[in-house]
Amino acid sequence: MRNVLLFALLALVLAGCSSGNWGWYVVNPQTKTGWTNITFLLSGLKYTLLLSLTAICISVTLGLLVALPGLSSRRWLRMASRTYVELVRAVPILVMILWVYYGLPTLTGLAIGVFWAGVIALALSDSAFEAEIFRAGIQSVAKGQYEAAYSVSLNYVDTMRYVILPQAIRRILPALGNQLVYMLKMSSLVSVIGMQELTRKANELVVTEYRPLEIYTVLVLEYLVLILIVSAGVRWLERRLQADERG
Amino acid sequence: MTQTEGDPIIRFEGVSKRFGDFEVLKSIDFEARQGERIVVCGPSGSGKSTLIRCINGLEPHDAGTITVEGVTLGRGKAAPARVRNGVGMVFQQFNLFPHLTVLQNLTLGPIRARKLTQAQARETAMRYLERVRIPEQADKYPRQLSGGQQQRVAIARSLCMEPRIMLFDEPTSALDPEMISEVLDVMVELAGTGMTMIVVTHEMGFARKVADRMVFMDHGQIVETAPPEAFFTAPRSQRCRDFLNKILNH
Ligand SMILES: Nc1ncnc2c1ncn2[C@@H]1O[C@H](COP(=O)(O)OP(=O)(O)OP(=O)(O)O)[C@@H](O)[C@H]1O
Ligand SMILES: [Mg+2]
Repeated sequence: MRNVLLFALLALVLAGCSSGNWGWYVVNPQTKTGWTNITFLLSGLKYTLLLSLTAICISVTLGLLVALPGLSSRRWLRMASRTYVELVRAVPILVMILWVYYGLPTLTGLAIGVFWAGVIALALSDSAFEAEIFRAGIQSVAKGQYEAAYSVSLNYVDTMRYVILPQAIRRILPALGNQLVYMLKMSSLVSVIGMQELTRKANELVVTEYRPLEIYTVLVLEYLVLILIVSAGVRWLERRLQADERG
Repeated sequence: MTQTEGDPIIRFEGVSKRFGDFEVLKSIDFEARQGERIVVCGPSGSGKSTLIRCINGLEPHDAGTITVEGVTLGRGKAAPARVRNGVGMVFQQFNLFPHLTVLQNLTLGPIRARKLTQAQARETAMRYLERVRIPEQADKYPRQLSGGQQQRVAIARSLCMEPRIMLFDEPTSALDPEMISEVLDVMVELAGTGMTMIVVTHEMGFARKVADRMVFMDHGQIVETAPPEAFFTAPRSQRCRDFLNKILNH
């Protein structure tokens, strides 16, 4: 998979170069302009990461809080959870970003900055998916585990915290990793409200340099490298947890 | 509410339980005295598991009254902590926590529910691991143990809660034949300590050895209850005779 991606990219770059349209100077780190452009593009990385990581932390927490009542024996709790998931899932992420940034302040009377608007919008959108992942993960834990926890007198919170969730999370870790990758990609949409992350930086540079091919190719590379690193990290974590369990 | 001498430690009066349209327990009357060892047997689906699961509220009952150690269990809901703390349960499938070591399996309940310190819980755990004769497995994970060892860990886990009543639901049914006796030995030893035990099992050798009383269930009812000698030599009901013939003749 990774090799295929790299190959595709290489082919793209080579095609650009050989057609004579590729202006290496725009992003050549050895020239002054090229280096300035590269550092300008990379300066968005901090915000992409900060935005995505903050949003994923919130959406995982929110997702869990939505998933738990969804598994309750009380009908109205299940209904509430279901409704949240269905509603939130139906809103396109871009629309969510616009609504949170331009609409929410009018509703609440509180101004929010671009960063928090982005975080809230991404976290809300993602939370519905996290809730579904948690629900499936928790349901995959055998009924006997609840019964054993019950018989050693654990209360609901302790049962979840020490018995059910540790097992569920091991199983959903690949899915949670996917959501993080997804989040990193979705964070590019926050560029539309002016968040200075990777995509916004690239857009701004394209306006001044007027070299979309080179600049967007670098942008593609930035996301690619970022996501390959994150994926590797998730796989490492997965292996470590499995090793833990084996003892 | 308080327990007086001679009161049964467990009492069922007209207890019924249904799953949808299916009546699993039909107006059960049943009592166990302090320290009594009762073996419950009967055909598959007769309601044995449901009966003992009602004792700790794992299956809430629908009608009638269940009293455990002087506390009356509410209908349709989990048992109060006071009852759960006093009643241990061992399952057919062991149900150990696979992500925790043996020692952690044993200390989780005591630390979280009985509020023991780490050190106290550890000490209790090691004491019961010795009792089930596998102290050397303390730091292993359940999957690294044999079935017989896992079930002994499960017994120790229950004992760590210092229960006054122990429930066993076919504790040896999931075990390979050569491991059955190591689990039964531990249970026989436990019976010698005066623990109140209710055991669902088809191990009739065990029943003869430790049971004070046999309970035979069929179709959600207690059909017969008698001391083991009478039960095995002169069962009164035809259904019980048929059942004993089936399980004793192979
Ligand atoms: N949660 C449940 N929902 C619906 N039916 C159930 C449930 N639990 C048990 N039953 C049914 O109730 C009946 C009695 O079940 P129970 O487990 O008490 O029987 P048992 O005597 O323990 O049988 P076995 O020897 O197979 O363990 C069975 O017919 C079973 O299918
Ligand atoms: Mg059963």
